[in-house]
Amino acid sequence: MLRADPAVDEKLSGCPDSVPVMGEGLVRARGLRKSFGAFEAVRGIDVEVAPGEVFGFLGPNGAGKSSTMRMIACVSPRSAGELVVLGGDPDREGPRIRARLGVVPQLDNLDAELSVRENLEMYGRYFGLSRRHVRTKATELLDFAQLTERAGDKVDALSGGMKRRLTIARALVNEPELLLLDEPTTGLDPQARHLLWERLYRLKGEGVTQIITTHYMDEAEQLCDRLVVMDGGVIVAEGSPAELIERWSTREVLELRFPSDLPPPVWELEPHAERVELLPDRALLYVADGDRAQTAIHAAGVRPLSALVRRSSLEDVFLRLTGRTLVD
Amino acid sequence: MTALAPRPWEWLLPAGSYAGRSRMLLLRSATASRRTWPAILSGFAEPVFYLLAMGTGLGALVGTLPGPDGRPLTYAAFIAPGLLAASAMNGAVFDATFNVFFKLRDSRLYEALLATPLGPLDIALGEIGWALLRGGLYASGFLTVMAVAGLITSPWALLALPVALLVAFAFAAVGMAATSYMRSWQDFDLVTLAVLPMFLFGTTFYPLSVYPRALQIVVECLPLFHAVELMRGLTTGAVHLGMLGHLAYFVVMALLGVTFAARRLRVLLLR
Repeated sequence: MLRADPAVDEKLSGCPDSVPVMGEGLVRARGLRKSFGAFEAVRGIDVEVAPGEVFGFLGPNGAGKSSTMRMIACVSPRSAGELVVLGGDPDREGPRIRARLGVVPQLDNLDAELSVRENLEMYGRYFGLSRRHVRTKATELLDFAQLTERAGDKVDALSGGMKRRLTIARALVNEPELLLLDEPTTGLDPQARHLLWERLYRLKGEGVTQIITTHYMDEAEQLCDRLVVMDGGVIVAEGSPAELIERWSTREVLELRFPSDLPPPVWELEPHAERVELLPDRALLYVADGDRAQTAIHAAGVRPLSALVRRSSLEDVFLRLTGRTLVD
Repeated sequence: MTALAPRPWEWLLPAGSYAGRSRMLLLRSATASRRTWPAILSGFAEPVFYLLAMGTGLGALVGTLPGPDGRPLTYAAFIAPGLLAASAMNGAVFDATFNVFFKLRDSRLYEALLATPLGPLDIALGEIGWALLRGGLYASGFLTVMAVAGLITSPWALLALPVALLVAFAFAAVGMAATSYMRSWQDFDLVTLAVLPMFLFGTTFYPLSVYPRALQIVVECLPLFHAVELMRGLTTGAVHLGMLGHLAYFVVMALLGVTFAARRLRVLLLR
C-alpha cells in the first residue's frame, strides 16, 4: 500500500490562500465570451484576479483556457462581455496594457536568429527600454534563468527546459505587473518542471501576480492560490485548491484495480464509500478514511488486484464536476 | 465596458495597431543579419552578372538602341537602368516574401512581437523598412558599378537612389501583403511566376516599341515597367514631367501594400 508524498502536502500548506479584494482586480471579466465563427470557445465567464496572487485556469484541452489568456494578453478581441486588464480595455488600449504584461506562450516563440542574450536585450528594446538598461537587465535575467553560460549560444542549441526558462526570463524584461503563463511546463521532464516551479515561487515571493493555465492537477495544486476549473468554455468551480477539494471531494481516495475481464462489484463497494467512480481500469472510492474502507471491503470478501490509499486531489474534483478525467 | 462598434477610420488603422516603434524591427534585422551577411552580399552580384553577360556579350551583337529621348544608347547603357530597377524589386520582394513567411509561420516571431507594445503596423513598417534598406543597398551598389562602367550620362542619376528606395518600398509592401495569403512554401512558386516574367518582359532588355499596341498596354500596367522608365530617364538625363505619373504609381502601390499588410497581420495574429 502506498501513501501520497507527504512533501507535497507540506509545500501546499506553505503557500497560503490569499483573499481577493473585489474591485481592485488586475483582471476583471464579466460575462466574457469568445467565438470563432459558429464555435464558442468561451461562453460567459466571470473572473477577478487580485494583486499578488497566483491565479489558475485549470481544465482539459479545448476548455477555453488559452482563448481566455489571449484575450487577457490583449492579442484577441473579445466577442462579448466586459474585460478590464490593468485598468484598461484590451481591445482599445492593447499596446499600453501590453507594456505592463509579461507573456509566456504555450509554444516557445524565441527569436531563432538571435543569441540567448540578444533575445533578452532585443525584447526589452521592443518595450522601449534603453540599450544600457536592457544590457544590465539581461545579465540579471540570464542569472535568474540559469543560462549565464549559454548567453552567446543560438537559441536552437538549448534544451526544452532551457528554452522555457529563457521564455520566462524574456517575459520579465519589462518588470511586468502581471505575468501570464500558458501551459508553462507542458512537454518538460520532471526535473525541468520542478526547476521551473521553483523560479515561479521566487517570482511570487517578489510579489509578481501570475495567471497560469494548466491541465496538470499537481501543477495547479503546487502553484495556485486560487483557481477556476473550466470545462466547455464555462467555469464549473472556483476556489483555492484546498477549498475545492474540501467542497467537492472527500479527504481520502481508495483506488482499487480489478482484472479487466472481471468488472468491479459496484453494489458491494457502494456501502463503504460516500461515492464510487468507475474508470475503465479502476474503481475510485471516496472516503474519509482510506485504510478503514480497505479493511471493510476486504472483510466483505472483495478481492481487487491492487489497492492504493491517497489524498484527494484536484483530479478528483475535476472528475466529480465533469464526469471525466483530465489527462489521458 | 462592452465591445464597441469600430469607428469608420478603424478599418484602415484599428485602435492599438501602432506603437511608433517600428525602428526596433530594423534594429532586430540588423542584429540578426550580422551572421548572414554573405547571403545579403550575394544579392549584389546577380545584376552585375546580367550586365556583363547581356551588356557586353550580347551587346556586341545588338549595337545601339534608341534611348528614351531618341538618342542612341549602347546596349549596356540601355539595359543597366532596367537591371537597376529589377535589383531594387528583387531584393525587396524576396525579403518581404520568403523571410516574412518564415517569421510569420515557422518561427512565429510576429506572435512574440505582438506580446510587446508593438502593433501590426509597427511590424509591417519595420519589416518593409528592412526590405527597402536591402533593396536600396543593392541599388546603390549597382549604381556604383554603372558609374564606374561609364553607363551613367546625366547627374539626374543621383535621384535614381531615392527612386530605387521608393520602388523597393512599394514592392516590399505588396510582397508582404501577398505573403500573408500564402499557406505553404509551395505557394512561393507564384512569387517567381509574378516576378520573373516582369523581369524578362517589362522592357528591361528591349524597348516597349517591339510589342503590338495591345501587348504594350498590358506591359504598361506592370509595376516594373514604371520603375524601368524612371531609371532609364534619370540615368540618361531624359527627364520629363510624365515621370511624376510613374512615381505616383509607386506611392499608391506602397500605401495599399502597407495598409493591407498591417490589416492581414491583424487578421492572422490578433484573432
